[in-house]
Amino acid sequence: MPPATASPGLSSPSISPATPDKRLRIIDRTMRLHGYASHALIETLHAVQEAFGYLDPDLMRYVAGRLKVPLSRVYAVATFYHFFTLKPPGEHTCVLCKGTACHIGGAAEILRRVEEMLEIHAGETTADGKISLMIARCLGSCGLAPAGVFDGTIVGNLTLDTVVNKLQEWRPHDADHRESAGNRENGDRFL
Amino acid sequence: MTLTIENLQEIAKTEIDSFESYRYRINVCVAAGCLSCRSDAVKASLEEEIRRQGKEKECRVRGVGCLGLCAVGPLIYISPLNVAYQAVQPSDAPDIIGSLTGAPVSRLLLPADQPFFSRQKKIVLENCGIVEPERIESYIAAEGYEALYQALRQMSPRQVIEEVSASGLRGRGGAGFPTGLKWTTVYKAQRADKYVVCNADEGDPGAFMDRSVLESDPHRVIEGMAIAGYAVGASRGYIYVRAEYPLAIERLRRAIKQAKQLGILGENIFNTPFAFDIQLRLGAGAFVCGEETALIASIEGRLGRPRPRPPFPAEFGLWGCPTLINNVETFANIAPIVRRGGGWFAGIGTEKSKGTKVFALAGKINNTGLIEVPMGTTLREIVFDIGGGIPDGRRFKAVQTGGPSGGCVPEQFLDMPVDYESLRDAGSIMGSGGMIVMDDGACMVDVAKFFMEFCMAESCGKCVPCRVGTAQLFNILERITAGHGRIEDIDTLKELCDLVGATSLCGLGQTAPNPVKSTLRYFENEYTAHIRRHHCDAGVCAMGKAREAIT
Repeated sequence: MPPATASPGLSSPSISPATPDKRLRIIDRTMRLHGYASHALIETLHAVQEAFGYLDPDLMRYVAGRLKVPLSRVYAVATFYHFFTLKPPGEHTCVLCKGTACHIGGAAEILRRVEEMLEIHAGETTADGKISLMIARCLGSCGLAPAGVFDGTIVGNLTLDTVVNKLQEWRPHDADHRESAGNRENGDRFL
Repeated sequence: MTLTIENLQEIAKTEIDSFESYRYRINVCVAAGCLSCRSDAVKASLEEEIRRQGKEKECRVRGVGCLGLCAVGPLIYISPLNVAYQAVQPSDAPDIIGSLTGAPVSRLLLPADQPFFSRQKKIVLENCGIVEPERIESYIAAEGYEALYQALRQMSPRQVIEEVSASGLRGRGGAGFPTGLKWTTVYKAQRADKYVVCNADEGDPGAFMDRSVLESDPHRVIEGMAIAGYAVGASRGYIYVRAEYPLAIERLRRAIKQAKQLGILGENIFNTPFAFDIQLRLGAGAFVCGEETALIASIEGRLGRPRPRPPFPAEFGLWGCPTLINNVETFANIAPIVRRGGGWFAGIGTEKSKGTKVFALAGKINNTGLIEVPMGTTLREIVFDIGGGIPDGRRFKAVQTGGPSGGCVPEQFLDMPVDYESLRDAGSIMGSGGMIVMDDGACMVDVAKFFMEFCMAESCGKCVPCRVGTAQLFNILERITAGHGRIEDIDTLKELCDLVGATSLCGLGQTAPNPVKSTLRYFENEYTAHIRRHHCDAGVCAMGKAREAIT
């Protein structure tokens, strides 16, 4: 069901009532489940990020309108919590864990070299939009430190070589045969 | 539908009968640790191999929770043969199934009599690796929900609280507040609406006890919460769980749904007037939300910022109502206490710290994984007997407990019995149970800097001492590790630590200086070596020329 009251000021085509996006229905469903209560804001933003991969300003405006909370509060919540991102993720996501066990296991050095190699800092996406590099505070996979998450799959006992190989697999070829979009929708989000 | 005790027993009997009708039961660990080593593929290939060899009537493969020894996953356990295999690959399936009637596959064998298994005492983890976390029947077959039945049908709320008080159970989230006392406060609060909240926002880096319990035995937490709801007079509960734990979330969702379908959650539970409902709330990556007032704010959909206490949540919590907040592990202890009595629980542990404690062993230790030992077990037993010591023949240096709120406990305390008081006296805290073992390759100044960076980034920014103090402390530590430290920095650090600890609003800021304080207390020589000699003994901090070469 398309949203009944999409405000006219919305510019993004994804929210236009003329071209209803099925991902919007997931968001609507979350809000409906919580009776459009304002305390469902964080749950709703989770649904937005799950469906769209990030929190688009138009979507934040949309959520603010439906839950009747000021946009300023939506923005405050979206920027306070590290899990939410306002930037679209790259085609692939590499999350390196920076927990204590991983730190003791040499994660800092791996991160430093990966940042060098990709020429980005943690939290950024490569210029070609291929790879987003993220850090996690702790994945709770300390028994397998250093650990990381590659497109939603947790991988333990990382070495610089295994990480570099994985990233190089992602890099050279285009997304011709990879169903990366599908992977991402199903994958766990660690942004 | 309302469930009777007969229904419950029937479910348990059917489950046990069906289970025991198989000659060989193969348990495959499907908790996050082993799953990331592809234990799901191992499970699939074992099932495939059983079909291929036509042994469907003899063998049953089950996905169970954490078997503990995450270091050598994927793990499988075969009963009644009492054989455990480690580092199993999908290609090992033919050998494993083929060897069921003969000698075990020696190359995969995990000796089950080693101290890692024999020295533990399991209460919280008693079902881990035994029940199937995704099936409520499996939990019921392991005496699941009997304690809830007993509480609702045979005990008054007061009696339940008395048992919990008698057990001497203290909050397992880290602070160690007596659980019975907390329950009494909420019980006495005169309000119609009360809430029970389970704190599953396990944010300490290096801690994964709660994650493992939720992934391995989610129904135990639900049962503990429902008993708490009955005891304090609440009919609604929330589980606030980290969004970083997708598997735990999935299993909790499934468990809540199953409990509702059976009538264990909902109205008129076990034909009594008691009603209880549980909802899940996802965290969003803010460490400060482990603090109870911040957690409440986050459940209410607001910024996770703490407020001054009192009033405590037990009187003024979620939406202004009396709210009981306990940690996952605390709730996981409740069902056994009700089932076996508070006196039984109080018989385990030390004078002031009763029961057992789950620890997550990680870092430079051979047997990384999840363990549960009685309170009062010495660090030496934990690190060297159960943990198997330090790899590569290196030397033990310290063990870090309590995450960013705790400290580093050095070698001279190895024979100290671990409980709330002894750890505090040693300058650390029990915390939620993460234990990171460090060998001589770890630089203590770097460790202090690591935690300070964490606290600085996770400070919510509401109060000045924490927001500015942690940044100042970090800057000084950064300077020292870069080789630009001044000798007076050490005094400044000490002064700042006292100031931040004494004047911050919430637990995050109050305990943030602990890693610095404890490393200064036991390893001040490393600080001075960095400052005076521009030298890092462990070789972690790149200083002087070495640093210039990198940057």
